[in-house]
Amino acid sequence: MSTELVTMNIGPIHPSTHGVFRMRVTFDGETIIDAEPIIGYLHRGSEKLAEERTYTQVVTLTDRMDYTASMTNNQAYILSVEKLSGITPSERGVWLRMIASELQRIAAHSVAIGFLINDLGAWHTPLLYLLREREKILELFEMMCGARITNSYLRPGGVFMDAPDEFWPSLNRFLDEMPNRLDDIENLLTDNEIILARTQNVAILDKNDAINASITGPMLRASGVDWDLRHRNPYDYYEKISFRRPLGTVGDNNDRYLVRLHEIRESLKIVEQCLDLIEPGPVQPEEVPFLVRPPKGESYVPIEAPKGELGFYLVSDGGISPFRCHVRAPSLINLTLLRDMVIGYKIADLFVTFGSIDVNMGEVDR
Amino acid sequence: MTRVLTGSDIENILSSKFKNQIEFIGDDYVQVINKDSLDVFNYLKIDQNYDLLSSVTSVDRISHFEVVYHLTSLQKNESMVIKIKCGADRIDPNVKSVVSVWRGAELQEREIYDLMGIMFEGHPNMKRLLLWENFEGHPLRKDFVS
Repeated sequence: MSTELVTMNIGPIHPSTHGVFRMRVTFDGETIIDAEPIIGYLHRGSEKLAEERTYTQVVTLTDRMDYTASMTNNQAYILSVEKLSGITPSERGVWLRMIASELQRIAAHSVAIGFLINDLGAWHTPLLYLLREREKILELFEMMCGARITNSYLRPGGVFMDAPDEFWPSLNRFLDEMPNRLDDIENLLTDNEIILARTQNVAILDKNDAINASITGPMLRASGVDWDLRHRNPYDYYEKISFRRPLGTVGDNNDRYLVRLHEIRESLKIVEQCLDLIEPGPVQPEEVPFLVRPPKGESYVPIEAPKGELGFYLVSDGGISPFRCHVRAPSLINLTLLRDMVIGYKIADLFVTFGSIDVNMGEVDR
Repeated sequence: MTRVLTGSDIENILSSKFKNQIEFIGDDYVQVINKDSLDVFNYLKIDQNYDLLSSVTSVDRISHFEVVYHLTSLQKNESMVIKIKCGADRIDPNVKSVVSVWRGAELQEREIYDLMGIMFEGHPNMKRLLLWENFEGHPLRKDFVS
């Protein structure tokens, strides 16, 4: 029986699109036969703005890209600036930013899992459990640098201030509590029959397709590719740290959920190891000038951000601001295969798949 | 640790088949000729295992535009930078689209077209990505005054 095709706009304002994101979807009944992502509603021209600011001022712009993972954005940018200008960071500064970025990964994955479950229709309860844990991390960030979301904590050479004395007992309390909270969440969600029925074998992403479409991060690992830049290209002091890399087997929505959940546990272990290795000292070397002026050249240092490979391609002409500052945004590139992943599935699977890709519109549009 | 190839390393890989395609050898990149660039990329992907296209971006060099490709080989854990100069001047910059080699370039090339105004020949859906269709100019060009 032939039916009339219906084209519908989902978004740009929709609770399940995690920001201002629009999809033009064509349905045959409830089955998706075409889906086109339309983006740009949050475009602020960050790359152009960066060309008019000094290297240190650009740190504040990076906060506003992926606003659920400001610390890792800072880290990617600062690593690129340090390589460009040949700055050797101070040891304590590096340990502090590693602690900050792993805490940020826990916070970002909590948001990803929480909103994925929210999209499944489990309104609010699991999401609030996870946001409660994220709140504790934001409080730790507030102690570290005075800001919760837009941290701007990192500077070329390290971080701008040391964590206060009361930060360390709070961090230890968080590290003690978090595994139990994760057990609660796992008991609630992982074997839940409805979640399994809705996520297993939905939107399967093949390994080779994923690599060919430049997909990185938890999404790539859920498809079974062992590619984690913290392990394969250890920046900062990641080579002194040991951690497991959870991999998926099928590459469906459930695997993407599980990989993120297990990565939270690994991040907790990384923070614990950092605490054993951190030693007192300056957080930024004294010789780093306030106005960084790198020599002519270019640099690109990819890091493993919560969403995938994040890197800043900086070109310097010897001046006080970058000649060109390009962001390799994992959120944008992970959307490449959205259309292929949802075709043939039902409308309800669309949101689950979109949630499992875990994009942040601030980073997609920049 | 990912080995970042220097310009001469990349030259060694390319010189056996594409000696005439190499335009310039930099410290950590190789600039290839715009024409027939897809042959070079296909060779790098299939024969040299550079299966992941990390990023595609563009730079306005005032006298001309250039497109910069960051390639990574997951198997060999190596990365390299290839550049293409799009014409001798600023008029009608265009390069061949690499979407047929790496799907990952699809949205990135649209972004470059949108913000830098470089045309990608053979792209399946060459239209603006972030800005609206009637927008005039390309904001990342150095002569665009906001």
